Amino acid sequence: MLLLTLRRLAQMIPTVAAVVLTIFVLFSVVPGSIASSMFDDGRGMDPQVMERKRKELGLDKPIHQRFVDYVGKLATGDLGRSFKYDVPVTQVLADRMGPSLKLTLAAMAFAIVIGIPLGFFAALKPGSLGDFGTMVAAVSGLSLPKFWLGLMLAYLFALQLKWLPSFGYGDGGLRYLILPAVTLGVSPMALFARTTRAAVLEIMNADFVRTARSKGMGEVRVVSWHVARNVLVLVLTAVGLQFGALLSQAVVVEQVFSWPGLGSLLISSINDRDIPAVQGCILVIVLFFLAINAAVDVAYSLIDPRIRYG
Amino acid sequence: MIKKIALAAVTLALVGVAADAQTTTPRKGGTLRMTAPYGTSLSSLDIHTTPRAQDGIVAKLIHRSLYKWDTAANKPVVELATSVTVSNGGLTHTYKLRDDAVFHNGRKMTADDIIFSYTRIMDGSKGYPGARWIRNIKGAVDVEKNQAKEISGLRKIDDGTLEITLNEKIEPGFALMADTTSILAKENIESGNITSNPVGLGPFKFKEHLPGSRLVAERWDKFYKPGQPYLDRVFVLVMGEASARDVAFRNNEIDLSILGPAQYLAYKNDPDLQKGVFEVAEVFTRNMGMNPAHKPFADKRVRQAINHAIDTDLVVKRLSKEKAYRATSWLPLTSPAYDKALKPYAYDPEKAKKLLAEAGYPNGFEFEWMTSQNESWGLPIVEGVLPMLDKVGIKAKVRLVEAAVLTEVIPKGDYQAYLWSNATGPDPLAALKCYHSQTPRTACNYVGFNNTDYDKLVDAAGAADDPAKRLDLMKQANAMLYEEAPVWFFNYNKAVMAYQPWVHGLQPNATELTHQYGEDLWVDEKSPVAK
Repeated sequence: MLLLTLRRLAQMIPTVAAVVLTIFVLFSVVPGSIASSMFDDGRGMDPQVMERKRKELGLDKPIHQRFVDYVGKLATGDLGRSFKYDVPVTQVLADRMGPSLKLTLAAMAFAIVIGIPLGFFAALKPGSLGDFGTMVAAVSGLSLPKFWLGLMLAYLFALQLKWLPSFGYGDGGLRYLILPAVTLGVSPMALFARTTRAAVLEIMNADFVRTARSKGMGEVRVVSWHVARNVLVLVLTAVGLQFGALLSQAVVVEQVFSWPGLGSLLISSINDRDIPAVQGCILVIVLFFLAINAAVDVAYSLIDPRIRYG
Repeated sequence: MIKKIALAAVTLALVGVAADAQTTTPRKGGTLRMTAPYGTSLSSLDIHTTPRAQDGIVAKLIHRSLYKWDTAANKPVVELATSVTVSNGGLTHTYKLRDDAVFHNGRKMTADDIIFSYTRIMDGSKGYPGARWIRNIKGAVDVEKNQAKEISGLRKIDDGTLEITLNEKIEPGFALMADTTSILAKENIESGNITSNPVGLGPFKFKEHLPGSRLVAERWDKFYKPGQPYLDRVFVLVMGEASARDVAFRNNEIDLSILGPAQYLAYKNDPDLQKGVFEVAEVFTRNMGMNPAHKPFADKRVRQAINHAIDTDLVVKRLSKEKAYRATSWLPLTSPAYDKALKPYAYDPEKAKKLLAEAGYPNGFEFEWMTSQNESWGLPIVEGVLPMLDKVGIKAKVRLVEAAVLTEVIPKGDYQAYLWSNATGPDPLAALKCYHSQTPRTACNYVGFNNTDYDKLVDAAGAADDPAKRLDLMKQANAMLYEEAPVWFFNYNKAVMAYQPWVHGLQPNATELTHQYGEDLWVDEKSPVAK
C-alpha cells in the first residue's frame, strides 16, 4: 500500500511539470497582460503606468528567464505573488480553498447520497415506472444548465418560499451552502444514478450472484453483500473523476451564488492575466485531481482484495 | 368655532411638518448592503494600486482624497482642506488643511501625509495608476524618472498648510479627486498591513474582508463631518451576476443593485420596482473608432457616411434596451460643455451612399471591426449594426477579442475600427484634449486625430481665464468633432441603480453611479437591518 501511494505521488511530478510549462507558454503568446487588464473598462488608461507595471512585475524579462525564476521558486514552495491582489499566491489560494472544498464536498455528498441509492432503486426494478422516472430525472440533471438551475432554485427557495438565502457565503453555515451545493451536485448525482444502475444490472446477472441465490441467500443480503461491493468498485471511478472535476466546474455556481471559491478566482485571474494566480489555481486543481485519483486507486484495493498493483 | 378650526389647522400643519421631517431627517443607525457588481472580487485593499471601478466603491467608504466630486454641482470641490488660495497665475494652490481629519488608527492627518502619498504614487519602480494625475504637479515626473526623491511642487508650509504648484494652469480637483490619489497613512503602508487592514480618512473604517464575497466597514466615530456618517456599518457584497442581484434585490437581501439592460426593462415595467430606479447619465461615450490608416477612414465623408448609415436610435432602443442616451458628439450629457442644441446625425442611408460615392466608394468598402463581448458596447451591438452598414455597401469583418486586449492593441494603432467605451469626463477639457494632435495615440488620441483648427480651439480654451469664454470654446471644439466625425457617436452610458424604499441619501454621481459617498447614506426604520 505504501509503495502504491509513493508510486502515485511520484507519477504526479511529470504531470505537474507539464501543466506549469503549458500555462507559462500559453500566457506568453496570448495577447493582453495584467497592465492592460487594469484599464479594460476604459477608465484612466495611462501607457506609462502600464509600462511601469510590466517592469514592476518582471513581464519585460525574456520568457525563459521568467520560467526559470518561477520553477526555482516553485521548488521551494513559493508560488509567487499575485499580480492583481499583490499578496502571496498561497494566501490568495488559502482564502478560496476553504469555501471551495466545502462546496465540493457538500455537492459530492448530495450526489452520492441521492445518486447511488437512486441507481440501485432503478436497477432493482428495471422497466418499472420508478426506473423510468429515475432515468428521466438523471438525463434532466445532466442536461440542465447549472446557471439556469441555480437561478431557479434561488427563485423558488429564497424568493418564493423564503426558506434559504439566495446568495453569498454568509457565516459559512449550512443555510448558505444548500442551494449552491445542490446546484453543483445535480449533475454528478445524475451521472452516479446512471452509472450505478448500469453497474447493478450487469452485476445482478453475474454467475456468482446466481450462485448466491441458488444457495438460498436472501435478496437483501445478495444485494447488500455481493452486488453492492462490486458495484462500488465500478462507481468509484466515476466518483473520483467527478470529485476532481467539481473543484474547477464550480465556477458557474460560484458566480450565480457569489460563492468565493477557486473556480471564480481562476476565471477572473485568466481574464486579468494574473499569471501567478492562474498557475497557482491550476496547480491546486491538478494536485487535487491527482490526489483524488490516487486515493481512488488505493480505495479499489481496499474494497476488492483481489485488486493488487504490481 | 373659528379658533377651534384655526387650532386644528395649525395642529395638522405641525403634524405634516413632523411627518415630512421624519422622512427627510437622516436616521442614525442601521446597515446598508451595497453590491460590487463589476466582477467576482475586489482587487486590492491598497487603493493606490488599482484604478478599477469595483475598488472605488470601497474607497468612497474608507478613504478620502484631497478633493471629492460634488454630485449636485457636478464639479470637484476641496474635501481635506477648509480653503484653497490660487496664485502665481493659477499655477500655485495653497491649501489650509482640515485639522479634524483623523486616520482610522487615531492619528491626525497633516501635510506630510499628502506629500508622502503623492510621492509614493510617483515611485518609478511601481505602476501606480494615480501617477497620471500626480504628474500634473511640478517635479513629479523627476521622481517618476528617479531623478529626484521629492516632488518639488509640493511644499509644506506647516502641518496644516500645503502648497501645490502645477505644471500648467488646470483645475487640480479633477485629478486630485481620483481614488488612486487617496491620502494614506505612512505607518499603515510600511507595516505591510495596507492590503489586509487598510487605514483611511473616510467615514467608515475597515472591519472585515472575505475575498470574493464581501467587505464590511463600520462607522468611524471621529469622522470630520459632525453627526456623520449615519449608518453603523456598510456591507459591500461582491455580486458580478446581474440575474443573481435581481433575485437578491427582490428578496430584500440587498439594498442597492446596478441594473443590466435586461433587468432595466423589467424594473421599468414593474409598478412597484420602478419607484426605486435611479438613472444617471455617466461620463462615458461609447463609440466606434475609425483608424485613418485604413484608407477609407481617412476621408471625413466616409466617417460621416457611417454615422448616417447606422440607425443609432434603433440600436439604443432595441439592443441597448434604452439603457443609454443617444450620443451627439464626444462630450456626454452631464458635461458642462455639452451643447443641447446640437442634433445627432440623422439616420439617412441614402445620404450615406451619396457621401460614399463622393468619397470614391460608390460600391462601399471592407474593414475589420474589433470588439469585445461586452453586452453594452460589444459584439451584440456590432452584430446589430452589420446589416445597416451592409445596406450602404460597407462590409465589416468582426474580430472578437477580450476587453483587456482592446486596451493593449488600440493605443498601438493596430486596428482598422473598434467599438469601445471611453471616459469623457468629468473634466471636459481633458476629454477634448484627447483629440489634440499633440496627444499621442498611447495617451487617448486613439484614432490619431489631427486638425490644426481643432488644436487652436482647445489651446484657446485651456488658456482662457473667463469661464464663460472657456465653455464656449469647448462647445465649439465639441461641435467640430461632431462635424469631423472621427468616430461613430454611439451613446452615452445610462447608469441605472435599483434601491430599496428605505434607502436615502443616494447621490447622482455621473463619474460612476456605484461610487456613493458613504457619509450621506442612511436607512429608515423600514430596513430589515435597520438596527
